[in-house]
Amino acid sequence: MTDLLSLDLAAARDALRDGKISSLELTDAYLGAMEAASDLNCYITTTPDKARVMAAAADQRLAQGDALPLDGLPLGIKDLFCTEGILTTAGSHILDGFAPTYESTVTSQLWRDGAVMLGKLNMDEFAMGSANVNSYYGPVESPWKSRDGGNARLVPGGSSGGSASAVSARLALATTGTDTGGSIRQPGSFCGIVGMKPTYGRCSRWGIVAFSSSLDQAGPLTRTVRDAAIMLRSMAGHDPKDSTSANLPAPDFEAALTGDVRGMRIGVPKEYRIDGMPAEIEALWARGIEMMRDAGAEIVDISLPHTKYALPTYYIIAPAEASSNLARYDGVRYGLRVEGETLDDMYAKTRGEGFGAEVKRRVLIGAYVLSAGYYDAYYLKAQRVRALIKRDFDEAFGSVDAILTPTAPSDAFAIGENDDDPIKMYLNDVFTVPSSLAGLPAISVPVGLSGRGLPLGLQLIGKLFDEATVFRAAGVLETAAGFSVRPAGGQ
Amino acid sequence: MAALIKGETGDWELVIGLEVHAQVVSEAKLFSSAATAFGAAPNSQVSLVDAAMPGMLPVINQECVRQAVKTGLGINAKINRLSVFDRKNYFYPDLPQGYQISQFLQPVVGEGVLTIVLPDGEKSIGIERLHLEQDAGKSLHDQHPRKSYIDLNRSGVALMEIVSRPDLRSAAEAAAYVRKLRSILRYLGTCDGNMQEGSLRCDANVSVRKPGAELGTRCEIKNLNSIRFMQMAINHEARRQIEVIEGGGKIDQQTRLYDANRDETRSMRSKEDAHDYRYFPDPDLLPLILTEDYIADIAAELPELPDAKQARFIAEYGLSEEDASQLVEERETAAYYETVAEGRDKKLAANWLLSELFGALNKVGKGLAESPVSAKFLGGLIALISDGTISGRIAKDVFAEMFEHGRDADSIVEAKGLRQVSDAGAITDLIEAVIAANQDKVVEFKSGKDKLFGFFVGQVMQQSQGKANPQLVNQVLREKLNA
Repeated sequence: MTDLLSLDLAAARDALRDGKISSLELTDAYLGAMEAASDLNCYITTTPDKARVMAAAADQRLAQGDALPLDGLPLGIKDLFCTEGILTTAGSHILDGFAPTYESTVTSQLWRDGAVMLGKLNMDEFAMGSANVNSYYGPVESPWKSRDGGNARLVPGGSSGGSASAVSARLALATTGTDTGGSIRQPGSFCGIVGMKPTYGRCSRWGIVAFSSSLDQAGPLTRTVRDAAIMLRSMAGHDPKDSTSANLPAPDFEAALTGDVRGMRIGVPKEYRIDGMPAEIEALWARGIEMMRDAGAEIVDISLPHTKYALPTYYIIAPAEASSNLARYDGVRYGLRVEGETLDDMYAKTRGEGFGAEVKRRVLIGAYVLSAGYYDAYYLKAQRVRALIKRDFDEAFGSVDAILTPTAPSDAFAIGENDDDPIKMYLNDVFTVPSSLAGLPAISVPVGLSGRGLPLGLQLIGKLFDEATVFRAAGVLETAAGFSVRPAGGQ
Repeated sequence: MAALIKGETGDWELVIGLEVHAQVVSEAKLFSSAATAFGAAPNSQVSLVDAAMPGMLPVINQECVRQAVKTGLGINAKINRLSVFDRKNYFYPDLPQGYQISQFLQPVVGEGVLTIVLPDGEKSIGIERLHLEQDAGKSLHDQHPRKSYIDLNRSGVALMEIVSRPDLRSAAEAAAYVRKLRSILRYLGTCDGNMQEGSLRCDANVSVRKPGAELGTRCEIKNLNSIRFMQMAINHEARRQIEVIEGGGKIDQQTRLYDANRDETRSMRSKEDAHDYRYFPDPDLLPLILTEDYIADIAAELPELPDAKQARFIAEYGLSEEDASQLVEERETAAYYETVAEGRDKKLAANWLLSELFGALNKVGKGLAESPVSAKFLGGLIALISDGTISGRIAKDVFAEMFEHGRDADSIVEAKGLRQVSDAGAITDLIEAVIAANQDKVVEFKSGKDKLFGFFVGQVMQQSQGKANPQLVNQVLREKLNA
């Protein structure tokens, strides 16, 4: 069993094709691990029967030598992706009992390519959060434990906390996540795995429950950079059902992993040295810079002058869009309905009971910044600042091929630790939000451990639709860092 | 036509601006592929997008954009090369998304102009904008004692909202504007203009002022679904406002509803209760960018519109302005007329269509589309009159037969032997017989009783069963009597 679980996605793919293992035994190994580690609360819904049926079909194809790109590989799916006939909750009470009649484009492409579905992964409600403590289905726990002597249960980061924790604890070979302001990369960093947010428009948003439409992007969480490249190829591609999906084919990202970054220009933005950043994060970043330099990359000091405005800009735009996107959860057609005396009473009760505190906070902020008299001062100004942030990156990419920064300003914290301070929680996204606002591809690669023995990642940001360069640089950083520590919990 | 309204304190001028919601003729909805046919079973034309299921996304229907651009060109308006779809946010059960996708700051069509014809001449009415937006669904409150039902068939159907400037000065002008706009939409094939089915609806912004004074505070009357009701609502609202002001009160800016049964408007909500729609650009949709070529292609496809057609009918066919204007108002009428008149006497064709056919249709309460006389058949009748095969009088009998049985003129004329007799010999024989039988009248005539000429004509025509060529009868009779 342990042997099977130790295979990463690429290794399992090869073992399946070579007939060394079967998808059914691989799938059963994961289903067993999921059951054993259920206290991490990674999964909201498990689909063992469906998984075995899919695995058996994959085994048949594999036996016939007609292997599909992801044939027989068991994956977990963030519960933001609509999956046909399977409960889809977005981590919210308000979607009680909602089983879509349709399959999201991204997941349908994964199944098209032969992948096996293990279940639906826990997450912050409507992808709002940085610790996965905002789920109606309870917090997700990270398999990692601090070396500081305490036995605190740690957060996996968020909002794709279930997705990150499951990969780290080996409860799935790889998982899908979504990233609006850092929701793939920050949990990737907290859990010591790879998290890739592709360019906005690379993956279809069709069938993904919307949080903030101009920022939401699907992406993979995996054990290795190669695994992320394999996953993204299947997830990406043009979808005429999403008007913001780019009309570009999904390239073979794996082919970009040449291991050669000689002559590549890596930018280091001075504005990311923020006040109060822990020394160990600063040191990790410096180590990463050295690794890239040693590998033959050219390090270039750059400036992204509007960086400090990114977080407030994000926390205006994302809630504004969310306040409108979440208006459809009104108790009329699907999900939770709490009856009331009048129509307005029904709305108020349904939404009052159906949404958690963080979702309500953001809906209120969003409605406020869009309201008459405040629109210009908040939403419109935020859009202007967003344009300046994009311009910063455009200018920087005139002289560099990729940008290296820390992924998050800290290591993982204990469940409940920052719950009473939303601003402190929002600061988790300080390094990931700027590239989200600019729509750029970015990846978090595990590079080292904090003093408490918890994983820390570095982020590589690339040009629009240049995931290839991001993967190539990330592959080199991964190899140089040689991160191989396993968490104490999980399998 | 700026008819002033008499009040106790003097004359008042009425100022009206109209917002017309015209349903776009298209197979599918504005952002989904669901069908748009009228009268389908409730909730049978609803896609996942129209029902706002989680994760669903709108995709613009290019055909609707094309129709909007076409309409813009038809009202001589500026086509905006870049326009933006916005979300208008409000909660209502028949609005599944919780927002309507519309165009707020940057509509697809900008300023235009429309000419209306009034008894005292033409008037240009400014058009402020035309934008595309989604229709909402329908709440049914009469299906259950305590619950409301929702029908989403209309949800997401494409509407063009066409906003006029406050250039209209009477209910009659407003009616002329709507009729003209509807006529253009039908010519273009961009809206069927059917107000009964709700494909064309109006909101009227009404205010009153002393002539020449500043604009008064307006009230908006919502959802007027016939031209008659619109006029009644405007007139009622004007009287109400004058009474309020003359009674020392002030007009509150309000949205009002017209109750046709009671002929009154009542307040729906005041300005203070007005929704804050929190408009913002829809992040699910890219800005709409139109190229010069695209616009030129559509311009090249535009049909001849009523104003141009009317001018041509007057200039080329020699029709009167009144006849031409009547003929072009409906595209179908103009097309029918052109078929009738093709290669025939244009004025005769116009007269027969406007008086005889429309008269007959009115009597039986039918429209031109249900006419038992086809344009081809009516043209055949005109041809028989023009070439002297039948007289105008016989033609009326033939027409009555055609209208009754839907047959063509030729076969009726043949079967009934109605062909006009233009044979001078035959007519002379008839005339001689009539003279021989009425010698006393001949003497009277010759002694100066000229009026008796008509008696002889009548006798000859009667003898010929109306078939004798009247001109020939006149000519030969005069010769014989004066001999």
